[in-house]
Amino acid sequence: MSQPSAICPNCGAPIVFRWSSAIQTTCEYCKSILVRHDVNLEKVGVVADLPPDISPIQIGTEGVYNNSAFQVIGRIIYSHDVGAWNEWHLMFGNGASGWLSDAQAEYAISFLSQPESPLPPPDQIYRGMEYKQQGVGLWVTTLTEANYEGVEGELPFQYWDKERCRFADLRSRDGRFGTIDYTENPPLLFLGEFVEFESLRLTYLKDFEGWTA
Amino acid sequence: MSVTQRKIVPKPKALNCPSCGSQLELRGMGTAASIACGYCATTIDATNPQRQIIQKFDARFAIQPMIPLGSRGNLKGTVWEVIGFQQRGITVDGANYFWREYVLFNPFKGFRYLSEYNYHWSFVTPMPSLPAMGSRTGRATAQWGYDTFDHFQTAQATTYFVVGEFPWMVKVGESVSTSDYVAPPKMLSSETTENEVTWSIGEYIAPQEIWSGFTLPNTPPVPVGIFANQPAPDAAPATKQAPGRPWKFFLAMAAALFLMMIAFGVMARQEQVFKDTFVFNPAATGEKSLVTKPFELKGGSGNVQIDIDTGLDNSWAYFSMALINEQTGDAVDFGREVGYYHGVDEGESWSEGDRHDDVIIPGVPGGRYYLRIEPDTDPPTPGASAINTRSVTYTVTVTRDVPFYFRYIFGILLLFVPVIFMGRKSFSGSNFESQRWSESDHGTVPGMLPQSDDDDEE
Repeated sequence: MSQPSAICPNCGAPIVFRWSSAIQTTCEYCKSILVRHDVNLEKVGVVADLPPDISPIQIGTEGVYNNSAFQVIGRIIYSHDVGAWNEWHLMFGNGASGWLSDAQAEYAISFLSQPESPLPPPDQIYRGMEYKQQGVGLWVTTLTEANYEGVEGELPFQYWDKERCRFADLRSRDGRFGTIDYTENPPLLFLGEFVEFESLRLTYLKDFEGWTA
Repeated sequence: MSVTQRKIVPKPKALNCPSCGSQLELRGMGTAASIACGYCATTIDATNPQRQIIQKFDARFAIQPMIPLGSRGNLKGTVWEVIGFQQRGITVDGANYFWREYVLFNPFKGFRYLSEYNYHWSFVTPMPSLPAMGSRTGRATAQWGYDTFDHFQTAQATTYFVVGEFPWMVKVGESVSTSDYVAPPKMLSSETTENEVTWSIGEYIAPQEIWSGFTLPNTPPVPVGIFANQPAPDAAPATKQAPGRPWKFFLAMAAALFLMMIAFGVMARQEQVFKDTFVFNPAATGEKSLVTKPFELKGGSGNVQIDIDTGLDNSWAYFSMALINEQTGDAVDFGREVGYYHGVDEGESWSEGDRHDDVIIPGVPGGRYYLRIEPDTDPPTPGASAINTRSVTYTVTVTRDVPFYFRYIFGILLLFVPVIFMGRKSFSGSNFESQRWSESDHGTVPGMLPQSDDDDEE
């Protein structure tokens, strides 16, 4: 797989793209947020200090989902009233892009999906509302007003100047999981499923002092 | 792929309680949303770098967790550390019921909970799926996986005491709506707030498993009463499908015996080998006993039925008998009493006894036999002539190899003894269920009508 490389327009450090479709990345050295325009990189901002790490996952963690190997190449960090969670950006061996969400060690894998029917507008969605996709019922279980806390690594879109983000989490009766992301217009639908930590066969995890995985 | 350098997440530094200054150890690797000081019970917002005080608490009302915070133990194959503890309660009909919850943490696997009520423990896992809601026998159910859970209780659960770290913001006095559905040994619970509904599944866990998992001193306190998801004594998971099985086994055995009974009945020779009529005159002098003509009992070992039919009328007779093998002289001695009385008393006719008697002698080898019979009856009236004396006329019939139903019927009855015993046990099982459900919102076992209904309907 080709790994296009570039130079950080801010500090000159080499920028290595793990994923050819990445739109945005961060410079590991000067923490600049860089957006890609063809071959040029534009500095659009600087990442703030990331909140303390609370996930065993990190950029570079590798794992397996549905018999496809993936590598963690980026993340978005959100916080809400009662905690924080990570959306880890995954690059699969076949070039597909997916997300591993880690909310206090409750793990779910999801992919950007084309909604079959229009998603409910943000002011009309409510807890308990049903949304059907491919005949499977999903119910809104959580409505979250989240704060954007920061980004790291490679992302499939520009994501650096948001503040308040509205999300609706959906769950099914068979372990499926969905998120409606209202930061875009029209909103985005991510669908996937909850996964057991062990089932992902993760390697290159962080260590926790006093614990073994 | 580049090999990533291993990052080690250090144990977060202890912080000082902003209220009492005590050192607070952070066990949750920074995952906690709130921390309650173990000394002054002040609750601190852990998501805020300023560690703002959420709430102060009167430490006199502090409760000691049975598993100390910071304990590490192995449960269900994973090492967990107890990082938080709270006491919650509900109020039903003016009475408060309290239970306790322990937050278990593993930095890779996240959070689990132990709940304890009256020393009954459940291991609780957050549920990613939603159960399907339904109803049966007029009550709400929650279906998840292969289990249908019956609604047990819905109440407003309030936090009364909190210490240590929690993955959500928890405050004393705060309450959420909880609903419990049970399919022992499992229980589904939902907690609902305005913006969120969360489901968890609890599994009844033996206290000893916790004590040995966390190497706690002494022995666990003995559970009091019957808890919502406590498995019934007969319904151990290994024998979950058993309830119908013993019944089936005994029914099969009884059916087999019944078939044997029919088969042997059909196959029985039922051969009449001797029949003769005798007259016994008690007034007659001389030897009372008589011997019959010999008869052949065919085959190997088999039973022999001897029937005595008498013309007794308001009298009795006793027959001392012996079945004697002509060749060997082996004898089977037996005695039969026959009596028949009847009359009319105060316009009511009555009768007692039977003119007929039969007896089966089992296991008689084949061969030539004869009967020796010695009858007896009321002695003749003194001075009465032999002609006036009532004589006893009787007919003796010998039948070889009769169907012998009794032992099969007895066998079948015997087989039902354990079934009846099991019935009693399942009766005590339903007693267990009544006790379980008496604590629920419904008061009765699902599918059972309240007892007062019968009276009201009529």
